[in-house]
Amino acid sequence: MSLRVLQAGLLTTVQDGGRPGHAALGLGRAGAMDRPAWRLGNALVGNVGDEAALEIALRGPVLRIERATRLALTGAPIDARLDNVALPPWTAVDAPAGSTLRLGGMRQGCRSYLALRGGIATEPVLGSRSEDVHARIGPLGGRALRAGDVLPLGAAFDAASISRVSVRRWGVDPRSWFDFAMMPIALLPGSHVDALDDDARHQLHGARFRVSASSNRTGSRLDGPALHLRAPLELISAAVLPGTVQLPPSGQPIVLMAEAPVTGGYPRIGQIAAADLPRIAQRRPGDAVCFEAVSLAQALDRQHDREQQLQRLVQRVIARGESC
Amino acid sequence: MIAPLRDEALAEDALLLHFGDSIDEATSARVLAAAAAIALHVPSLECVPAYASLLLRFDPGAWRGNAADMPHARVRAAVAEVLATADVADAPARERVIPVLYGGAHGPDLAAVAQHAGLSEAEVIARHAGGRYRVAMLGFAPGFPYLLGLDPRLAVPRRADPRARVPAGSVAVGGAQTGIYPEALPGGWQLIGRTPLGLFDMRAIVPSWLQPGDRVRFEAIDAARFDALQERAA
Repeated sequence: MSLRVLQAGLLTTVQDGGRPGHAALGLGRAGAMDRPAWRLGNALVGNVGDEAALEIALRGPVLRIERATRLALTGAPIDARLDNVALPPWTAVDAPAGSTLRLGGMRQGCRSYLALRGGIATEPVLGSRSEDVHARIGPLGGRALRAGDVLPLGAAFDAASISRVSVRRWGVDPRSWFDFAMMPIALLPGSHVDALDDDARHQLHGARFRVSASSNRTGSRLDGPALHLRAPLELISAAVLPGTVQLPPSGQPIVLMAEAPVTGGYPRIGQIAAADLPRIAQRRPGDAVCFEAVSLAQALDRQHDREQQLQRLVQRVIARGESC
Repeated sequence: MIAPLRDEALAEDALLLHFGDSIDEATSARVLAAAAAIALHVPSLECVPAYASLLLRFDPGAWRGNAADMPHARVRAAVAEVLATADVADAPARERVIPVLYGGAHGPDLAAVAQHAGLSEAEVIARHAGGRYRVAMLGFAPGFPYLLGLDPRLAVPRRADPRARVPAGSVAVGGAQTGIYPEALPGGWQLIGRTPLGLFDMRAIVPSWLQPGDRVRFEAIDAARFDALQERAA
């Protein structure tokens, strides 16, 4: 008994790095949609592995901290109060037993992460604690949190030393890890991009799309100019990935996300560069999306640099957290 | 030797190999044999077979080596080496028998399928249970098998009005394919029967009872046997 859910929020789920390796059995990876934010949250609270955190969409839960812990909020900046203390984002906080964390709305972005010392310690399913809501797979049966849930926390923290809310005086600068300016999203060419008609090819990289209200963890649907093919394609279902941009007959593209089915039969007109998947995951319904074309070599370099940068920062944050 | 017709880099960590351009058993057999050979010899590649293509996922950092090389080129070379000595006939295939209670409440579309085929319900059951199938791929939902080998006479269009909830274990025909709903799901295929077997158990080490490449046949059972097997499964 460590974390009691008083109010669940809009869609609050337990997520870690997901469960790779089961796509051939029809099961996708799920996992945190904004992985750098999730990993940096863990680093801020001193977790060195891939501990499970809460992924919070748009409007947050109210939680009772039943055992003292260290927590941090990353991803989209979210209104947060721990008892009577307003919490800064991207900063570790010590929370005494019995304190209440009230999470509200987000001024910008779509997903915040609540990392807790030791992580959320539900019993892993197929090597992961992620709740795949679409596939209904996960320790809670693949569902979002509900009021009344009680979640166990991992490794005990020195509870006696925490008697009051204590906010660290340092945190991670979110500007490198949260896309406040909503810059264009890097797009690799898809298998069927040449089947688009001339207008559609221009619009894909020139037009402004908006994230539709029907978006969720399976995919972001994009409203905008309808994109058309020169002629209909009859395709055989093939494996698809998070980040694959599919074009259904409506002409409104769908960006597949963490809980998307593992196969699909719609034309694939693009693939979001891996380094930009966390950025599109942070676009909320109504937000604008523009694409810029990148080559595979550019995307590989970007992802490599991004991963190196993240690993160095994670190590620095953990080291600094241990020293004070 | 099994050679893909072409391949494409789908993402930084993914290469899609194409083995054909139609849904047929010979193409599927090449996909499945390639997947088996690659899984055996290059276990660091994740293989995701579909009807006519095979997705390979990999760790681009680990495959990059010399920074000037594209990881995809190195994966392509490693796979070509494996497939040069692979043979469709060598691919292992497990046998799975799936007991099915055909018709009645468990197969509400059996009459419609029979009418469409111009056969009696008993003839539809005999042809479906007499078929020899192979799991070409799993998808749509965890553990949902797409089976090739359906008697062409039993091919039937999908329902115009998909059901909001198809019961777990429903055996169904959709177009030229047959499949089994591993859990309660929305679905548009025609339901001809139901198996008491649980096909997907997320708490098991290998969660899906069926895997790509498995050879499958159906065995018609009666209601008493269905109840007994269902009790045992629970």
